[in-house]
Amino acid sequence: MEITALLLSRIQFGLTIGFHILFPTLTIGLALLLIAHEGLWLATKRAIYRESCRFWARIFAVNFGMGVVSGVVLSYEIGTNFAAFSEATGNVLGPLFSYEVLTAFFLEAGFLGIMLFGWDRVPRWLHFFSTVMVGIGTLISAFWILAANSWMHTPAGFSMQDGVFFVEDWWAIVFNPSFPYRYAHMICASLLTTAFVAAGVGAWHVLNHKQAEFGRMTLRLAVLTAALLAPLQILLGDLHGLNTLEHQPMKVAAMEGHWNTDTGVPLLLFAIPDQAAETNHFEIGIPEITSLILTHDLDGEVKGLTEVPPEDRPPVAPVFWAFRVMVGIGVLFLLLAWSGVVQLLRGRLYDGAGLNRHLLRGLILASPLGFVAVIAGWLVTEIGRQPWVVYGLMRTADSGSATVTAAEVATSLSLFSIIYSVLLVVFVFVVLRMMRTAVGTGPQPSDNTAAAQGQPA
Amino acid sequence: MTLDLVMAGVIAFGVMMYVLLDGFDLGVGILFPLAGDEAERDRMMNSLAPIWDGNETWLVLGGAVLFGAFPKAFGMLTSAFYLPLMLMLAGLVFRGVAFEYRFKFDDPRWWNRAFFGGSLLAAACQGLVLGAYVQGVGADEQFDWLAPFPAFTAVAVVIAYALLGACWVVLKTDGPQAETMRRRGRRLLLASLACVAIVSLWTPLMSADIATRWFAWPNLAYLAPIPMATALTAWLTWRGLGRNGHDALPLAAGMGLFMLTLLGLAISLWPWIVPRSLTVFDAGAQPESQQFIAVGIALILPVILAYTAHNYWVFRGKVSADSGYH
Ligand code: HDD
Ligand code: HEM
Ligand code: HEM
Repeated sequence: MEITALLLSRIQFGLTIGFHILFPTLTIGLALLLIAHEGLWLATKRAIYRESCRFWARIFAVNFGMGVVSGVVLSYEIGTNFAAFSEATGNVLGPLFSYEVLTAFFLEAGFLGIMLFGWDRVPRWLHFFSTVMVGIGTLISAFWILAANSWMHTPAGFSMQDGVFFVEDWWAIVFNPSFPYRYAHMICASLLTTAFVAAGVGAWHVLNHKQAEFGRMTLRLAVLTAALLAPLQILLGDLHGLNTLEHQPMKVAAMEGHWNTDTGVPLLLFAIPDQAAETNHFEIGIPEITSLILTHDLDGEVKGLTEVPPEDRPPVAPVFWAFRVMVGIGVLFLLLAWSGVVQLLRGRLYDGAGLNRHLLRGLILASPLGFVAVIAGWLVTEIGRQPWVVYGLMRTADSGSATVTAAEVATSLSLFSIIYSVLLVVFVFVVLRMMRTAVGTGPQPSDNTAAAQGQPA
Repeated sequence: MTLDLVMAGVIAFGVMMYVLLDGFDLGVGILFPLAGDEAERDRMMNSLAPIWDGNETWLVLGGAVLFGAFPKAFGMLTSAFYLPLMLMLAGLVFRGVAFEYRFKFDDPRWWNRAFFGGSLLAAACQGLVLGAYVQGVGADEQFDWLAPFPAFTAVAVVIAYALLGACWVVLKTDGPQAETMRRRGRRLLLASLACVAIVSLWTPLMSADIATRWFAWPNLAYLAPIPMATALTAWLTWRGLGRNGHDALPLAAGMGLFMLTLLGLAISLWPWIVPRSLTVFDAGAQPESQQFIAVGIALILPVILAYTAHNYWVFRGKVSADSGYH
């Protein structure tokens, strides 16, 4: 493949947005966790909830900071690298981004200071209010950005003249066909990812006999939340997939590695898709299940990739594999969360003698998997819509900036690759250290022993 | 037509808010290495910690509204300034994460450098973009940001942001730290005024349009109050920065100085949105899009200004080295 400015821009965009999404995923979940714990603290006055808020707020602060700086980069990249795209879609997407800034980013920024540093400066109710505002801000932000993204997948409410999109109906644009599914699936993904992070942290604290009370409380809450959300996420994913089948059948065909339109299509567990030969090697599958899932009929007909000419097909292998990674993690999450509940009911999750060490270690190992599933999910979504940037209407090949050279993009791409790699290492190092700090015997809200230990409050 | 004007006004307001707020924010970063010791640096950083995110959000607003209201200009401008913008974003990344990481390592030196270097880089790139923008599209239909005038404005913006930063430190600290900043502030003020003067002479020489705009009769008479008001705010800033001078006056007057400079630029450039290539009236999005944004701005911006002001109010007063992140 020729190295063009566009190709490098796509790599850069994928890299920078893939980096960004790691942080919002945790921001959204932690904001809700903080609201819950601060609310519980106000209602019960139990110190453990207050300590939990202090513990997670520090992690939240670092994570939020990373989300902000990586997000600012994205908002400009749409113009710098995809000028043709932004000129064509500005009428439709520009206002959605503007609303995101007005209704979400300012809200988050305006109350974050009080949430993190205002404990001693404002009344308790106002502090709680600020925490709630930040949490609502993250949900509103996800609302607008996913509306914009979903519109690119299932465009609606517009007309087109000379390659430029014109608005016909705002409601139809925002609530485009795939948006409700994508929003629900993404928010659930954030909460589920956060629940598994919290479960891992709780399990670690229980296993190491540090601060057992904090560990148990966190573990219990996280396992119960995950046990509810894991099946919900699978259900939402299924609905999302059916919606995609209706609007982007070629994406689903790529997810299933399904080349020729057929009935009684098997569910492939393993295969090596071959784009050039239009077939798979080493297929292992369960007969008729894909037909069953997609058409609710063992004999249902499913369209294959060869329905469209090769230049209109997405790259099959990455979509096929990323989809299996995501679904695999979804199923693993379900098993882990429900095993946790069973052990909890038997009194063995965290109690002395019967302590189930294997399960706790499993939860610790699984705690980063949510992020893997989120990245995999986005790879399915975004690669699966290729070669289109606005599905069926504008090709990615026509979306780049005419005046930007490959050398320029190569420069910025190298720069961001280096910066982001370093920052990711620093972030993981700092956050893991914070996650291991003891909770419960620590200082009370207004004294400053934490500063003496070199730890933030 | 009217909507184009309203949107141009909104963007101008957003840019102004950004320059005033992130101006002092970046300025504090530029002054960071000059601080006497780590305790002084702690204070400088803690004075910004609760507000920096909101300050930077004005940059995002500017970009988003430009995208929504003038998509052609957004695509053209951002891709024309590709490298300076990318470097600016990288600078903002460095300084932004420094807020979090500086207090989490025993040795803060690397994060001090990141905060300083990032702030300096971001400010200089903004100056570069500003200069190239004012200079306009050249014969080769491309912006030329590697030229003497943008290089000069890069230096000018760094100095001017440092001035605002010094005024902020005067407001938020006391004792020797504030007194030292007053002295520095006065020097920075003189340097900033020199830059303003040079730019005011350079731009009319560079473009006949700008020269006529300012010096043709009767414009000269209408526009005369602007240099006069500039002189007045400069004098107020100077007074406020004197020994035992006022705490808040320097920042207020310094911001006034900035607003007048921006007003001057706006007058020079009107009605271009991509100078000498696209006017505000040629670049507009469809009216429905501009309307939708205008409604949002009218309803939501006042609320944003209210809670932003509240946030500043909650964190008013002098900072101590151990407030904020500790
Ligand atoms: C599902 C949610 C989600 C998705 C898909 C994205 N973001 Fe994001 N973004 C958030 C959820 C979020 C957030 C939760 O609101 C963040 C994360 C942490 C934070 O500070 O706010 C945020 C921060 C954030 C910021 C900083 C805001 C500030 O200054 O406070 C910007 C400019 C963007 N984002 C822009 C984007 C763009 C242009 C995206 C896609 C092209 C994008 N985000 C994808
Ligand atoms: C946050 C989660 C997201 C992730 C991880 C993600 C990831 C990706 C990846 C990997 C690509 C490259 C696909 C390819 O070129 O084969 C891509 C393309 C693209 N995405 Fe997303 N995306 C996300 C959300 C969004 C959102 C919210 C928007 C805009 C509203 C968006 C806009 C685009 C655009 C314009 C492209 C086309 C350019 C290209 O093909 O590279 N994405 N994305
Ligand atoms: C096992 C059950 C799951 C199923 C059946 C499923 C299904 C799907 C489908 C069909 C898509 C692509 C939609 C499209 O682009 O049209 C998708 C995307 C996605 N999935 Fe899943 N998923 C599952 C589990 C998970 C889990 C456990 C996570 C994360 C914790 C996750 C996170 C995502 C994300 C972030 C996206 C991209 C955004 C979107 O389009 O919604 N999924 N999923």
